[in-house]
Amino acid sequence: MKASHEPNLRFLLPSVVFVAVFSLYPIIESFRLSYYRLILTLPWLGQKFIGWDNYYDLATDPVALQSLLTSMTFVAVTTPVEVLLGLGMALVLNESFRGRGWLRAVVLVPWAIPTVVSSQMWRFLFNDRYGLFNFVLFGDATDRYWAPLAEPGLALMSIMVADIWKSSSFAALIILAGLQVIPSEIYEAASIDGASPSQKFRHITLPLVKPALLLALLFRTIDAFKVFDLVFVMTQGGPADTTNVLQFYGYKKSFAEGMIGYGSTIAVAVFLVSLLLSIVYIRLLGTRLLGKEGGA
Amino acid sequence: MKRVSFLGAIVAIAAFSLLPFLWFVLTSWKSANEISAIPPVLVPSFHWDHYRAAVEQHGLLRYIGNSAVVAGATTAVSVGIAALAAYALARFNFRWGRAYLMLLLAFSMFPQIAIAGPVWRLLSWLGWLNSYHGVVAAYISLSLPFAIWVLTTFFKELPRDIEEAAFIDGCSRWQALRMVVLPLAAPGLFTAAILVFIHAWNEFFFALIILTYPAVQTLPVGIALFPGEYTMPWGEIAAASTIATLPLVALTLVFQRRIVQGLSAGAVKG
Repeated sequence: MKASHEPNLRFLLPSVVFVAVFSLYPIIESFRLSYYRLILTLPWLGQKFIGWDNYYDLATDPVALQSLLTSMTFVAVTTPVEVLLGLGMALVLNESFRGRGWLRAVVLVPWAIPTVVSSQMWRFLFNDRYGLFNFVLFGDATDRYWAPLAEPGLALMSIMVADIWKSSSFAALIILAGLQVIPSEIYEAASIDGASPSQKFRHITLPLVKPALLLALLFRTIDAFKVFDLVFVMTQGGPADTTNVLQFYGYKKSFAEGMIGYGSTIAVAVFLVSLLLSIVYIRLLGTRLLGKEGGA
Repeated sequence: MKRVSFLGAIVAIAAFSLLPFLWFVLTSWKSANEISAIPPVLVPSFHWDHYRAAVEQHGLLRYIGNSAVVAGATTAVSVGIAALAAYALARFNFRWGRAYLMLLLAFSMFPQIAIAGPVWRLLSWLGWLNSYHGVVAAYISLSLPFAIWVLTTFFKELPRDIEEAAFIDGCSRWQALRMVVLPLAAPGLFTAAILVFIHAWNEFFFALIILTYPAVQTLPVGIALFPGEYTMPWGEIAAASTIATLPLVALTLVFQRRIVQGLSAGAVKG
């Protein structure tokens, strides 16, 4: 008796069911609800089809436009910084030295900490009366202390700092994996030809690690676009909506205010922006990710 | 000189990664006066009061229990389902196999808000809000894409010969999977399990919208919604945070090799 090599759908079925019910259906349903007026706190109004009204509202909603801008700013600042810091850490971790495994574990700590915990931690460090941040800046002069999370100009920056602290290590790991597949023979050959360390970095390391850098950048872009926990804990979108990123605004509309219809419209907008990002991502890297012909 | 600057880089990386959290851990052992002291007190007087208060007044143990149940159940079911799917995707040539993997990749990138409203309404309709199975169901679908991707790469690397030998010995596909392939794939399954567990233990957004009763809330929700409007109970928050993080830091330190391998498996190696 020989086992069949015919595709066997039974193995795949449980995963398909979960993905269909809890991922695919909800996305389609978000699209449908975005054309309805549906308010949880006013159930007697029912579900009313209102065509493109929610979309008109969204396009003219100043808070929504500000949210989009805030999310974009957040992504544009945090991801390059995280990838650069990650590259620096990866270059160190790629050297061989005693305690390298230990340092690699240490670098993972910020990544492993629950985001909610790191949010509370940074909120404490940025405290306006006894936060370490203020003490480092101003010492004993407590009258000069800032309240970074309550200042419109500083709150978003504070959240960026918290995100950079937490996520640089993830970028470092992706980049490290890219560094480790560079064959050492290339460096040896370059040394024989008399290349200096900086020449080796510019002409060997950088071109060969570029795919990994790009991958880290895109992973971080997609993830930074979803930022929620940090905002929820540190600022609740304030002060004056300056940290009200898209994901938080959508949450507030749908769940705090119960406006499921309008919230779904925001969800669809967020979805379309991330779909665009994913398509870019898959086109740039997709074939390589599935790569049957090796090519690390 | 070069050695000194390299050593400096190592120290800087370690300090950057550890010091902020270490400061928070130290805070959990400080008295209220030490917490608000300027200049800051470096060495705490090792009070355990905040831990006691977090347990007795804020139900820390209940949050830990809820998190353990939710993250544990998510890990077990998700890795089981993902292993079946990944095995099929690695061994059979499905017409839509590639498209399915792409779809999963796309799902893993979408912001949670894109599905949050309908997921909430679905769970509400099922009567699954404020239940373990409700939040676990949502978590399974969140973690499946990642788990399937990681496991598919692991299964692809397993040699087919051993399975073929098992078929010749009269094993069915299912028997071969259970008795030959899964034991060989144990390291991969373990890696996927650690990563899914960490993700489920840390997840906040869906926990926040699905679990509104304190009796079923998980640790991240408890820590995020820690009561205190005007004076924050920092000592107790730090104590609860330390306890919420300890299992993860332990897992990370012990299994860092596997975690790094798992994170980069889906990403760089392909």
